[in-house]
Amino acid sequence: MTPAMASGVALQVLQSLLVVLVAPLVTGWVNICRAWLQNRSAPSIWLPYYTLAKLFHKDAVIANTASPLFRITPYVLFGCMWLAAGIVPVLVTDLPFAPAADIIALVGVFAVARVFGALAAMDTGTSFGGLGARREMMIGFLAEPAMLMTLFTAAFISDSTQLQTIVETLAHREFAIYPSLAFAAVAFLMVLLAENARIPVDNPTTHLELTMIHEAMILEYSARHLALIEWAVAIKLVAYMAIGFALFLPWGIAPAGDWAALPMAFAALGAKLALAGAGLAFLETLLAKMRIFLVTEFLSTAFLLGVLGMLIHFLVRG
Amino acid sequence: MALSLSSQIVNLLAALLLLLAFAMLAQRRVLTLIKLFAWQGAALALSTAIVAHATGQTHLYFSAGLTLALKVILIPWLLHRLIDQLNVRWDIEMLINIPTTMLTGIGVAIFAFSLAAPISQMASTVTRSTLGIALASVLLSFLMMIVRRKAVPQVIGFLSMENGLFFAATSATYGMPLVVELGVALDVLVGTFIFGIFFFHIREQFDSLDIRHMEKLKED
Amino acid sequence: MEIALVLGVPLAGAMVLAAFGQRSWAPEVNALASLGTLIAAALLTGRVIADGPMTALNEQVFVDPFNVFLVALTAFVAFTTALFSRPYMRTEEHHKRVNSARLRLYHSMYQLFSFTMLLTLLSNNVGMLWVAMEGATLSTVLLVSLYRTPASLEAAWKYFILCSVGIAQALFGTILLYFAAEKVLGPGGNALLWTHLHEVRGELEPTVLSLAFVFLLVGYGTKVGLVPLHNWLPDAHAEGPTPISAVLSGLLLNVALYAVVRSKVLVDGALERNFSGGLMMGFGLLSVVVAAFFLSRQKDIKRMFAYSSIEHMGIMTFAFGMGGPVAAFAGLLHMTVHSLTKSAIFFTVGHATQASGTQDMASIRGLIQQSPTIGWGLALGTLAILGMPPFGVFTSEFMILTTAMRQHAWATPFLLLALGVAFAAIFGKVQPMVFGETTAQRLTHPPALVPVFVHLAIVLLLGLYIPPYLVDWYRQAAAFIG
Repeated sequence: MTPAMASGVALQVLQSLLVVLVAPLVTGWVNICRAWLQNRSAPSIWLPYYTLAKLFHKDAVIANTASPLFRITPYVLFGCMWLAAGIVPVLVTDLPFAPAADIIALVGVFAVARVFGALAAMDTGTSFGGLGARREMMIGFLAEPAMLMTLFTAAFISDSTQLQTIVETLAHREFAIYPSLAFAAVAFLMVLLAENARIPVDNPTTHLELTMIHEAMILEYSARHLALIEWAVAIKLVAYMAIGFALFLPWGIAPAGDWAALPMAFAALGAKLALAGAGLAFLETLLAKMRIFLVTEFLSTAFLLGVLGMLIHFLVRG
Repeated sequence: MALSLSSQIVNLLAALLLLLAFAMLAQRRVLTLIKLFAWQGAALALSTAIVAHATGQTHLYFSAGLTLALKVILIPWLLHRLIDQLNVRWDIEMLINIPTTMLTGIGVAIFAFSLAAPISQMASTVTRSTLGIALASVLLSFLMMIVRRKAVPQVIGFLSMENGLFFAATSATYGMPLVVELGVALDVLVGTFIFGIFFFHIREQFDSLDIRHMEKLKED
Repeated sequence: MEIALVLGVPLAGAMVLAAFGQRSWAPEVNALASLGTLIAAALLTGRVIADGPMTALNEQVFVDPFNVFLVALTAFVAFTTALFSRPYMRTEEHHKRVNSARLRLYHSMYQLFSFTMLLTLLSNNVGMLWVAMEGATLSTVLLVSLYRTPASLEAAWKYFILCSVGIAQALFGTILLYFAAEKVLGPGGNALLWTHLHEVRGELEPTVLSLAFVFLLVGYGTKVGLVPLHNWLPDAHAEGPTPISAVLSGLLLNVALYAVVRSKVLVDGALERNFSGGLMMGFGLLSVVVAAFFLSRQKDIKRMFAYSSIEHMGIMTFAFGMGGPVAAFAGLLHMTVHSLTKSAIFFTVGHATQASGTQDMASIRGLIQQSPTIGWGLALGTLAILGMPPFGVFTSEFMILTTAMRQHAWATPFLLLALGVAFAAIFGKVQPMVFGETTAQRLTHPPALVPVFVHLAIVLLLGLYIPPYLVDWYRQAAAFIG
């Protein structure tokens, strides 16, 4: 093993651990930001960790009708999200696994998680599970093309579908205004809100049966299974944010093998995550949950923006 | 190809113009529609001013000022007054199938881009790449006029089509000769007044500004 | 000087009538202003025939045999229509269909409309041509809705929206034209001057020009009333006051076609193949055929003659599309005779509908019994517009048909079929209206039938014998549009 490879592996391990450990923190941060904005007294930023710990100590209850699929789904979800968050270049560009971070493959990983989630939700045969699964699939069906269009716009600019190449191209170009990227960024933000079950598409804090989507799917889970799913959800948010940083705010990332730049990269990532979390909380406070039928329009707007971004890229080459 | 900062900003404003055209296509509220129209005018005026600054074409400043006065201030103000007097301020138009309209709009935009592509290549202006966007916003406004069933939005569609045309003139040729721009602006203004008169006549006769009442004259 | 008069008289007339248009003597002032315009136009014509083409007002206006011919025609028909509108509008006022405020609007807009049309014809600046053409729409749109009935409002709205949208496309075409011209002539006002464009037309970028022509044809073609952009035309003709129908049909459509032909001349200079001609022939032929088949389904008399206008505009567009000296000559002749005949028909139709109190053809009967002049005027006018010899329409249609047979034989059967269908449809409907038992009332104001018979006499004359100087004139104009 050459020193370069060794340092690459070390960085890869570091980033993988980092995203998993930091994810609940980001969720906690979003929660306190929202509490501040809504004039409530904020919970502790560590609350998600306490929740996870508490859930892991409980005994799992599983429905009699549940199949093995129901049991393995939390692990699949957690694995998928971990994989996605681990390979997106956020700290350094040159990770051993980074070539796997192809944007189409990433969308595929998210799709796998979605399919398992939906199947597991229907597995126990409760009405809420089926309802949530159906809604989730509808949103996914609409969000995926929009997501792809967004990613393609960035891919066209750097002539590659590999996140690693995209980040390198975008991070090292001279400053220029890319109208196409602006469109893509807005579209991406909309997809992020939809995919992560945030307001205005879904409300992560409610269990109101008429409106809930994501919560309806995981109603049957308890204890460690629930903990894994909650954790996966937190990681998913970080993964999406990481993709967003990679595409639209790639500055501050450390070049390959440059350990000296690493503290700077850490600081940059921390700042970006904090800002993104605050921004998300701000958006969620600003917007109102929309009726489920309007989600179609919301996501088709995202799709439209993605396509427009791509068209404008061809038109003005920027 | 490195573009100068001003042409980058113009490109960005062009993209914004297109986005606003799409937003107007999907907007249900009359009030918001007028606001969007004013924003479109503002984007147009700003981009004209930037082109004027970048190229030293002084008559474009005049054109930008005209756009600002007419399309951002005067006409939106007139429209506001009109909808107040007609009491349609909070009118919401039931638009069915916005996604389909949007997809049609994308098709229209692609068509416009491909139509304009060979021409932009011949242009020597810094803003040439935006000709396709200008044509697209013209055609999108056209589409908006087709799908709308109420008088006020139809007129806003017409006015926004004029915006697209002005943008086309700026991006392809740094603006038409001044006398022509003045003439066009005069026509637009008079047209808006006549539309205003019309609204009152139509409402007097039909008790509504819904164009559906006005589909009696058909071939048997 | 004459140019300033031609444009100044109607503009001044519009201003005076805007102030005093409701007075009892306003119709006379209207006719007088139109007479002044006609005299100025006649002087201008004399000057152009003697001295050849010229430009004026810093090259912003120009005159050549082609547009001066249309200026003369426009001024003449505008004058006779003003004569006709005197008793017609008085009767309308008597019938309480218009009040004095609307009469003021009517008279002032009538003059303004004349002004914008003449400006369109005389403008050397392609951009100003557009502005004037839009001005012509704006000045007539409130006239179409003069009666404020639901149907007239609908017609005016349709007219306004369709023509504005159409003409917006023409503006895009103009921008593209400027874009092509700017490269050759440099930026600034000169690049839109027709005389300059005409000189360098061989150097203009063909791709841009062909696209520009498509937009210009669609834009101005909407105003010509070419199928499928014709929807506004029958409504606007049927619902507006009859004098307006007469000038719309007889003049505005010509002026719009003039703009198309001017664009074609430029494009033909830049393009090798006959791209513009093909497009115009296609649109023209489609208009002829579609309009002919719609004719038989009409119930409203003014609507029927509006469709007939679409048909004839189609024939002219087809003729100009074919190109060449004979077809252009025939096109110009057809423009003249159609304007005169169609306005004459609308004059008689106006009186006939006032006498019968309806525009429904099934309810108009026995016009000849009540007023032989109205009846005979309608009968003769109809025969003339249907292309019966010895009227001038026959001559021009015959020339167009024979040229088509020689150059584009495939089109002839369509043209013949359309003319046959139109003949059957119109003649079958007009005949019972003219003859038979009457229900019509006497008119309160004596109808103005002199214009009708003057027009028809000129059309007859043109069918029998075209004076040599007129032939010369047409030839010169035809040479300009080749």
